[in-house]
Amino acid sequence: MSTASLEVSGLAFAYPDGHQALFGVDFTIARGERVALLGPNGAGKTTLVLHLNGILTGGAGTVTVAGLPVGKRHMAEIRRRVGIVFQDPDDQLFMPTVREDVAFGPAAAGLKGPELERRVEEALARVGMAEFKDRPPHHLSFGQRRRVAVATVLAMEPEILVLDEPSSNLDPASRRELADILRSLDVTVLMVTHDLPYALELCPRSLILSEGVIAADGRTGELLADDDLMRAHRLELPFGFDPRSVMGVPPREPSEAGSSVGEGA
Amino acid sequence: MGAGHAHRLYRHGHSPVHGLPPHTKLAATFAFVVVVVSTPREAMWAFGLYAVLLALVAYAARVPAGFLLKRLLIEVPFVAFAVLMPFVAEGERVEVLGMSLSVSGLWGAWNVLAKGTLGVAASVLLASTTELRELLLGLQRLKLPPLLVQIASFMIRYGDVIADEMRRMRIARESRGFEAKGVRHWGVLAKSAGALFIRSYERGERVHLAMVSRGYAGSMPVIDEVTASRAQWSYAFALPVAALVVCVLGWTL
Amino acid sequence: MHVPDGFIDAPTSVATGVVAAAAVAVSLRGARRELDERTAPLAGLVAAFIFAVQMLNFPVAAGTSGHLLGGALAAILVGPYTGVLCVSVVLLMQGILFADGGLTALGVNITNMAIVTTVVAYAVFRGLVKILPRSRRSITVASFVAALLSVPAAALAFTLMYAVGGTTDVSIGKVATAMVGVHILIGIGEAAITALTVGAVVAVRPDLVYGARDLRQRLQLRVGGELVDAPAAEPAVPVAARSSRKVWAVGLVTSLVLAGFVSFYASASPDGLEKVAADQGIDKKTEDHANADSPLADYGVKDITDARLSGGLAGVIGVGVTVVAGTGVFWAVRRRRTDDASPTVVENV
Repeated sequence: MSTASLEVSGLAFAYPDGHQALFGVDFTIARGERVALLGPNGAGKTTLVLHLNGILTGGAGTVTVAGLPVGKRHMAEIRRRVGIVFQDPDDQLFMPTVREDVAFGPAAAGLKGPELERRVEEALARVGMAEFKDRPPHHLSFGQRRRVAVATVLAMEPEILVLDEPSSNLDPASRRELADILRSLDVTVLMVTHDLPYALELCPRSLILSEGVIAADGRTGELLADDDLMRAHRLELPFGFDPRSVMGVPPREPSEAGSSVGEGA
Repeated sequence: MGAGHAHRLYRHGHSPVHGLPPHTKLAATFAFVVVVVSTPREAMWAFGLYAVLLALVAYAARVPAGFLLKRLLIEVPFVAFAVLMPFVAEGERVEVLGMSLSVSGLWGAWNVLAKGTLGVAASVLLASTTELRELLLGLQRLKLPPLLVQIASFMIRYGDVIADEMRRMRIARESRGFEAKGVRHWGVLAKSAGALFIRSYERGERVHLAMVSRGYAGSMPVIDEVTASRAQWSYAFALPVAALVVCVLGWTL
Repeated sequence: MHVPDGFIDAPTSVATGVVAAAAVAVSLRGARRELDERTAPLAGLVAAFIFAVQMLNFPVAAGTSGHLLGGALAAILVGPYTGVLCVSVVLLMQGILFADGGLTALGVNITNMAIVTTVVAYAVFRGLVKILPRSRRSITVASFVAALLSVPAAALAFTLMYAVGGTTDVSIGKVATAMVGVHILIGIGEAAITALTVGAVVAVRPDLVYGARDLRQRLQLRVGGELVDAPAAEPAVPVAARSSRKVWAVGLVTSLVLAGFVSFYASASPDGLEKVAADQGIDKKTEDHANADSPLADYGVKDITDARLSGGLAGVIGVGVTVVAGTGVFWAVRRRRTDDASPTVVENV
């Protein structure tokens, strides 16, 4: 299906030192979907993310972004289409000012002049950071930096936005602001996280990556309500948090829930 | 001389000097210092005139004298050295206040003091009227190798981040009752320095990933370019040209 | 150690500027070859690290403290090319942003502190690593010696510049003695900090220590439940390796001894090497004031120490520097030539 934003099939990968991280990952994300990728530490989440824009390649399987296979031939276009927001905004924001940082991606793609300015303005406006554009990134708060990091990627007008732990280190207000921003965007979103309430809040659908394969794929509320599934993959809800009460998901017997979950790979 | 690195010299303002394109200021400052260094030390009045010229620039830039003078303190080690010169240097000697001083040493001390001070003052004026970002653009415009400008730009961007990490490590050490008092504590400090290096290097690797993810392929896109009109160039070069006149007079008179 | 404007005359400043520019250009190419497109972020972050670590105070005693100059550390951790770039950028930014070091003296400062320090430190380090047994302790020892020599080497380079283009004729024998002593003291501090820091990095991430890449653990295989060394990828040439190690050792020791003797006697005459040593005192003194707070602290030392001895010491350093720099260049060229074939072979040549 070429209309899908992202198609991953049979993806397997081992690092040069022999450590194998992915063992055949399959999933598809349709255009406009917001999907959470859940998984315990060491499940291969970061490895998977780095495959989406071709930073890591060379294993088995394919990744296709809006019909374009990830590979050496279309690398520039792939990197424009897949916008990755890394976990530490200080890594992401490497230019001296916010404006230049947001302009980096589009400028690398060859944009310049008024068109470039327009992109920068728009991207910053979408995350509510327009007035900070001439500030150096290290003068911003952590939450503001994370929002600018999202803008740097939005400025490239990506097909799919990939966020690595977007809620980490955010205070509740910044967390909510970011959630509002993400909800307001009309792009496909893949959110890698182990912040389960945040996934539930933002993503109707979730994937669970465990031991290098997609262990479950289904509605977020249902997955989170499945205690056995959660326990099997070292995912724990915060104390006192009940996904059923939030989403109005009818309580189910664990065995029943299991059947509704597609077993990956 | 590490102490001087902690504070930034930049002083925010909207003076005509602040408004000049950075590369004209850089070039003018450099030219001025070259002229000063090339002036014969015997022409003492010339250095007085240079100081007046710099004072005029400071006035135009609305940099208060106190600010400027305080920043000149970075020179103190060399003042101390200059004071020693008359005692140390060879040659003909004169009696001053009962001390036997070398004539050439006195000249040498004067030479280093005068030129060094003027050089520092000029640099301080440049730094206090030009933002970091502007300086980098200016260097880029003056055709410094792009890779060098990029390294400088990353250094500026992450200098604070890393200094901050270092500060947090210090707080962590002190919170656990450690205070470095002498040589025997160097091992612990060096471990911190080593950890800081590892963090810096790993951050460099992550920054590279973030760059590649946004389409970096070895060369930075040029986002901003600074340009200067002829009028701005001539305005900036008023300083070194005036200095050059003084210098020529110094050689001929 | 940052030289201000007016210390060195204009022609010499220009000449050193040309030298510095050329060396930086070579380093840009070298660093690109090693780090390719990662050069800018990695060298930038390392420069930021050097910049930050120079602010880390190492208390000595009674309220005084020293700090790293960082040239040797940079060379050992990231290699000579990247090291030169990082320290040069730090110096450039210090000159422009903090008026630390004169603008016209940038060439002098970069040549001394970025180039001489880094190249000497790296060459000494590699030389020692080749001679010494393969172990972490050797890395620490080599770092210590490399940093120790790099500081007086930079002072010596400055002396040469001062001899050519100094603006004051300072007495030679007197100043020399003070300088050598003080700079060796500074070198010892630098050496201790550098060795400890490199030791700390080697203990955690030996792969990040550029100068010690060949000390990485061999891969191991699990055969029948027991760990066995993987067959070495490197073609075994232990004989050649040992003999070259011996050659290195003999060469280094001989040149140092010779240098010491020759300059010891040469320094009996008031010119030549002794002049070099003497002029060096000037820089040493500035450095001293930069670090210790009493301007006269070194004044006494100066008259006590024997001029001959200091001349000899300076000679050891000077000739050592030349020999080591020469072999360093040789090593670099040779390394490059064999690089494509197999990096493991090179390390044992």
